[in-house]
This record gives sequence, structure tokens and C-alpha cells, in this order.
Amino acid sequence: MKIWVNGEIKNFDENLTVYNLVEEIGVVSKKFAVECNGEIIPKSNLKDTLVKEGDKFEIVGAVGGG
Amino acid sequence: MKLSEQLVVDSTSDKFIVGSREFNSRLLVGTGKYKDFKETKDAITESGAEIVTVAIRRTNIGQNLDEPSLIDFVPPSDFTYLPNTAGCFNAEDSIRTLRLARELLEGHNLVKLEVLGDKETLYPNVIETIEAAKVLVKDGFEVMVYTSDDPIVAKILEDIGCVAIMPLASLIGSGMGILNPWNLEIIIKNSSVPVIVDAGVGTASDASIAMELGCDGVLMNTAIAEAKNPIMMAGAMRKAIEAGREAYLAGRMNKKLYQGDPSSPTSGLIK
Repeated sequence: MKIWVNGEIKNFDENLTVYNLVEEIGVVSKKFAVECNGEIIPKSNLKDTLVKEGDKFEIVGAVGGG
Repeated sequence: MKLSEQLVVDSTSDKFIVGSREFNSRLLVGTGKYKDFKETKDAITESGAEIVTVAIRRTNIGQNLDEPSLIDFVPPSDFTYLPNTAGCFNAEDSIRTLRLARELLEGHNLVKLEVLGDKETLYPNVIETIEAAKVLVKDGFEVMVYTSDDPIVAKILEDIGCVAIMPLASLIGSGMGILNPWNLEIIIKNSSVPVIVDAGVGTASDASIAMELGCDGVLMNTAIAEAKNPIMMAGAMRKAIEAGREAYLAGRMNKKLYQGDPSSPTSGLIK
């Protein structure tokens, strides 16, 4: 299935949880937050939420800023 | 004058209270524009700041897990993070950013709201700022708000429930110092929440002047990060904030115009 992650189109197999997705893209050990189609997915729900075709994800972290 | 009414005899008992939190340092610093994370950490440590601003951005996809991040060098366990909405030009984007920040920081609700008006001046869009502040306060955030030095807007933001009003000294990153001390004084006089000069400080004397005017704190980034020696400048800023604060609390002498006043006795002069 095709999904959007931070503005890029990505291909993943079906039956992927949002937790798996975050692991796949390599941020799971860092502080991050996930939004899917404009809604925040709380960290406690990442393992129970399945990724669907066409979902648009924003995965953010904290960076230096003023 | 809310602050001069409090008799602070000992500057160590002079706590800086923002919303539900208490701090000792009145210098707030940004974490951007440094050469590397080591320099960021060293400068922040030297500044003595307890509150550090961070930006919220998309993570790099496929990043190396061992790659150092800001969080490794400036851990949220050691500092109070102040996530900002830098780069947001409307209320909706800034609200969205801060909700993500709250999720990212495990429910942390102290935030810096800044809604910019244009990319040239980075001047705040106060109309969008007011709209965003209303939603965020209702949503349980403790909002420290970047705004213009307009006293009416400052009062509106306070009445909405923002926990700190943060007027600019001059444009973000400009280093032009305090352009309108008179407006800042009006804002300070009318405000019952902390007033923090945010943006425009260029060097130590600017920070001291802000504190002498009666500001409760100063937030800066570029003045330290773009100094030739950021770590030395961070120390200079720490001292400038302390000096300005103590001068404010001590209460300056009255100005005497057009007449000198000798400090040595006028009697007993040799003849």
C-alpha cells in the first residue's frame, strides 16, 4: 500500500501498525509525535492502530530553535 | 508597579514564576543556530538558563538511530522545554504544532506561541496570535506568547489567560536592541503576568536595559548563537540579566537634569 510520510510517498506491506511504521522509518527510540490525517495518535495507541492505504502521516521531533 | 511594590531584600529569594512553574534564572534561551550540539549545550549551560525553546519539525525518514539529537545534549530532564511555533503563519498551524509538541513531550503544556505575519520581517500577526491563544488556553496549555510591543494587544492576550506576555524588542534575529522602551514600560505597568522581552536583543546591555525597565525575563537565541564566541556571550548575558534585575530591584537614583551633585563633602576644603 502507498502512504504519505512527512510529504514523501512510501510503499509498505499491509497489516502494518503505526508503531511498526515508526520503527521502519527509524525514529522509535527518539522523542516523537505522530499525526495521521490531521489527528494525533497518542503513543499508547500506536500498536493498536493499523495503517491504511492513502494515510497521510506527519512524524515530528524537537529540533534546535529560538 | 507590581514588582517594585514587592520588597525583595535578598536577590536569591527573587523567584521567577511563570504559570504553575517556578524558576531562578530569568534568561530564556533558544537552541537554534549553533555550530553543533556540543556548542549548544555549552552555551546554554554557561547562560544558566532553565527554560530552553525548541522547534517542532518533521523527523528525517530513515535516520541513523545512533545519530545524536538535540535531546541527547539538552535533555528535557535537565531543562524546561518551551516548544515554539516558529514558522507558523496562522492560528491553525500553530495550534496543530503545539498539540504535537504536547504529545511529543508527554503532556508538557508550557509552550511558546508565535504566529508570524510575513517572512521578511517575522513580525507577529497579532490577529492570528489572539485566535490561537484563545484555543490553546481553553485546551489546557500554559501559553507564553510572542507579540508586538502594542500595550492593547498585550492586555488582550493577558485577559485571554496567557501566562507570560513576550513583546519583541525589535525584529527576530535582528540584534537591533530595544526600539521602544516606552511601550515596554506601559506593557509592564499594566500586566499582572510576567513580561518577557523576546527577540531583538543584540548584546548584553540590551538585556540589562530590558531588566532595568522591569521586564521579568528576556528570551534570546541569535545574540548568543551568532556571537563570535557564543559561550562567552552566554556568560555575559547571564550577568547582564542578573545585573539588570538587581538594578531594577535596588531602585535606581533619580535623574537630576542640568545640575551636578558632588559625592564628596563640600565643606572642609583646604584654603
